[in-house]
Amino acid sequence: MGKLTNEDLLKKINDKFKDSVTVLGEPFGLVTLETGREQIIEVLTWLKNEPALQFNYLTDITAIHYPEQEKSFGVIYHLHSLTNNVRVRLKVFLKGDDVHIPTATVVWDGANWMERETYDFFGVIFDGHPDLRRILNVDDMEAFPMRKEHPLEDPNRVDKKDYFFGR
Amino acid sequence: MQNHPVYTDNDPQTELSTLNLGPTHPATHGVFQNVLQLDGERIVSGVSTIGYIHRAFEKIAEHRPFYQITPLTDRLNYCSSPINNMGWHMTVEKLLGIETPKRVDYLRIIIMELARISDHLICNSVLAVDTGAATGFFYVMEYREAIYEIYEEVCGSRLTTNIGRIGGFERNFNAIAFSKLRKFLKEYPVVLKEFENLTKRNRIFVDRTKDVAAVTAETALNYSWSGPILRATGVDYDVRAMEPYSSYEDFEFEVPVGENGDVYSRYLVRNEEMWQSLRLIEQALAKIEKEPSDIFHADVPDFYLPPKEEVYNNMEALIYHFKIVMGEIPTPNTEVYHAVEGGNGELGFYLVNDGGRSPYRLHFRRPSFINYQMYAPMSKGMLLSDAIINMSSLNVIAGELDA
Repeated sequence: MGKLTNEDLLKKINDKFKDSVTVLGEPFGLVTLETGREQIIEVLTWLKNEPALQFNYLTDITAIHYPEQEKSFGVIYHLHSLTNNVRVRLKVFLKGDDVHIPTATVVWDGANWMERETYDFFGVIFDGHPDLRRILNVDDMEAFPMRKEHPLEDPNRVDKKDYFFGR
Repeated sequence: MQNHPVYTDNDPQTELSTLNLGPTHPATHGVFQNVLQLDGERIVSGVSTIGYIHRAFEKIAEHRPFYQITPLTDRLNYCSSPINNMGWHMTVEKLLGIETPKRVDYLRIIIMELARISDHLICNSVLAVDTGAATGFFYVMEYREAIYEIYEEVCGSRLTTNIGRIGGFERNFNAIAFSKLRKFLKEYPVVLKEFENLTKRNRIFVDRTKDVAAVTAETALNYSWSGPILRATGVDYDVRAMEPYSSYEDFEFEVPVGENGDVYSRYLVRNEEMWQSLRLIEQALAKIEKEPSDIFHADVPDFYLPPKEEVYNNMEALIYHFKIVMGEIPTPNTEVYHAVEGGNGELGFYLVNDGGRSPYRLHFRRPSFINYQMYAPMSKGMLLSDAIINMSSLNVIAGELDA
């Protein structure tokens, strides 16, 4: 355990996916990569099956919304190699008007509900998902509530505005 | 095994009966529904519906300063709230780069392991109830009460604890807390032993649980299982051992693993984990003796609220208090993932911060949610009574399921 360092990991990824995967950084020692939706399944499959890496455990899938960016939706995968005890984070950014990404259920069955949750809250559509329905919210809901355009509080409320506090 | 036939023939009766198991049913231990298609007593297919107590914590968290998110985490797995609270505190501490003193780490371990005991205690004793043995449940419940009394001494509340603060605890452990803890450590092993005697080799209990819902390690990993139910399949993945947090690396403990991944293995793993938790608490108590007894939080005035008497009488404390409450203190613009071993498995906090007073995005990796998705597929071909036992051994907590 613990044989694989971040440098080794980055080198292996660079050898394999030189053009399609970019390194975003290592916040708190967790290698963060960005790739496109065309390669994501290939990258996930390779990370899972490459004998030296064995990222066999899908920790989590979630999304994030940056309304001011051109590619406003990020789908975020956390993988864990239980044999090497290393984690890796993968991000795929999608344009706001084209939120399609291939499903990871072809790699892990456990991705099923994680993707349903992501769809439910962000409206990211996972192409090829066996059962892409809402999971926590009611079925006839129209909005995707975790998007930033849905404020939680009354947007006319002023008592929390930053300028009142000199910010 | 003769007791638990799993039917595999593809020739069901032409008319199946539909059974709504839940949303409120004593056997579901929470509010969630399974619509089962039954052929006699055998489950042909099932559809899980969840979300009945979804409270949009991730959305609410985007509007709250860090210290106000702790009460939200209480309500995830409410059988072991302190683990959620401390997991959140440690996530924020990791983000802010706060180093906690050893004594704080050890005190946290005491509380987290007590929470683990109370979580596993409920799960195992309710499993016994579902197999028909109510005695054990009433017997051990008294000791969950004893654990809640210790929480009460430390933080003032019992179920939704909101225990600790970013940087440590809001107050030191008092003498009553320690004496209650010592009393618990003295009395509980006897009770746990007796509970084990009641169930471990009980013919009825073993017949009902052994070889029920056996899961292989490959399937469990494929479905991202974590916690005792993953370890019951033989995978020794425990966050406490793999990525020690809160100074778990200073402690000696074992990660129990099962063999078959069936309900009985899960029961055994949880039982053994309670013994290991007791070991950890004993060690932590011994270690605390060697640490200065007045330290219960890190020295981080930027993030740790000063005591109220100082706020009223001391300018500096007043300023810090104001700055913390109004969120005036800059925080790093980065992202962090921190995982703790919760009662049901890897409880992860993925926090994306934009430097403001509240998270830009906070995602809870909730073990119950991820563990439970296999329930409907794995129930296929099972008897209804076995599916009920299987559900209680998964220990699905509705609060953690729905967030």
